[in-house]
Amino acid sequence: MIHLTAPFTEEKIRALKVGDAVEITGVLFTGRDAVHKYLAKGGELPPGVNLRDGIIYHCGPVVLKDAASQWKVVAAGPTTSIREEPYQAGIIEKFGVRGVIGKGGMGDRTLAACKASGAVYLHAIGGAAQVLAEKITAVRNVYLMDKFGSPEAIWELQVERFPVVVTMDAHGRSLHQEVFAASSAELAKRL
Amino acid sequence: MNVLQDSLIELIRRTSAEIPDDVQRTILQALEREKQGTIAESAFQIIEQNIALAKQKSQPICQDTGSVLFYVDGPVGYDQIAFAEAGRAAVTQATKKGYLRQNSVDSLTGRNDGTNVGPGAPTFHFHQHRSAEIAVRLVLKGGGCENVGAQYSLPAEQLKADRDLDGCRKVILDAVLQAQGKGCGPGVLGVCIGGDRATGYEFSKTQLLRKLDDRNPVPELDRLEQDILKTANELGIGPMGFGGRTTLLGVKIRAANRVPASYFVSVSYMCWAFRRQGVMLDEQGSIQTWLY
Ligand code: SF4
Repeated sequence: MIHLTAPFTEEKIRALKVGDAVEITGVLFTGRDAVHKYLAKGGELPPGVNLRDGIIYHCGPVVLKDAASQWKVVAAGPTTSIREEPYQAGIIEKFGVRGVIGKGGMGDRTLAACKASGAVYLHAIGGAAQVLAEKITAVRNVYLMDKFGSPEAIWELQVERFPVVVTMDAHGRSLHQEVFAASSAELAKRL
Repeated sequence: MNVLQDSLIELIRRTSAEIPDDVQRTILQALEREKQGTIAESAFQIIEQNIALAKQKSQPICQDTGSVLFYVDGPVGYDQIAFAEAGRAAVTQATKKGYLRQNSVDSLTGRNDGTNVGPGAPTFHFHQHRSAEIAVRLVLKGGGCENVGAQYSLPAEQLKADRDLDGCRKVILDAVLQAQGKGCGPGVLGVCIGGDRATGYEFSKTQLLRKLDDRNPVPELDRLEQDILKTANELGIGPMGFGGRTTLLGVKIRAANRVPASYFVSVSYMCWAFRRQGVMLDEQGSIQTWLY
């Protein structure tokens, strides 16, 4: 188990390899369909959001206000990442993103951008909404809430030991490609 | 108070927060099979923790609480209209209580009114039977796994799949290969061989109502189920597609007659967060027993 802590420098990120189990402590910014489309079409980051050496989490969390009017994340599993494939490479390069968390993996353009800029794709456990919500220790802020609504807003989340697996690294390797190739070969033997 | 409505709210709560015993047992067995220290093993550990935490907190196992599908078996004369009204009201209430996420979107306008009720949502499948029993089963079918379902028309030349059981085997295994981990595997397949396109998919879904450890009474289909389960788990796709020993938790197949011109094989994929429950109700709508 590798413990990845902020700041997420290029050096730390390039040291990660496909198959590494990682626990993240630091800040994550959520972003899903609306945010990716907005940023890719030239939208500006709201003041306070800095993605340089940052991590984007493909997640539409369920967030409620508790009795003391504090935000509380009640469910926060990853959503399918491949929908952001048209936008992700450009966003990694333009904003200096170091990590993308999601599920299901991403395609060739994102993999190439990870290699060129020094970024990784980190796979969270799909469906594990409760376990992952427990790793969020604080909601630091929320941006673009009025524009996009709660699930699509940018949530700034403090996380502690948030578990992920590196499935696309900064050296051009993708676990998704490798498992697909290996399982295709195994299947061919059994038909 | 509407007794039936309250029973259905409780059915929704329990379905959303608690994995049925047969599925949990199978997941535990899969965890024990994975090699120690692998990412597959740690994926299963997180899945296990998540199942326990959701139950303890009475909160959704997964935030995608899915399409809400009711399967109702009742006696002749059972009032389906009243049931559907109670069902829609229960879904609205369960959403307010947070057992279901606001998860239903108008396909034309993109609007989500936050009730989970609208055209085709929730869905009711009614069946009459001769007995006096009222059985209500509920499946919450997530979107990620629904997206990796597939329907094949045989012969499928590229896959060298002819119109026979070997051809069915080939296309079902192709569905597993294409799905990889994208449907939040390890998953369960519900399959229908034959039927038209709509009933094929419909019957593939009702196969998901079977318990994972039951056996198919039709010998050819039983063999096919066991074979596909074993073969899929030899492919090394593993939980989440990380690589590993468990790719599927179960395979359930039925056949339906077809017209000579068509030969469909319809595959529904259910994620590990397999949310299905059921209850027997008395005439007033009170819960008598749980079915899973
Ligand atoms: S496929 Fe299942 S476990 Fe995965 S996100 Fe969807 S509902 Fe949740």
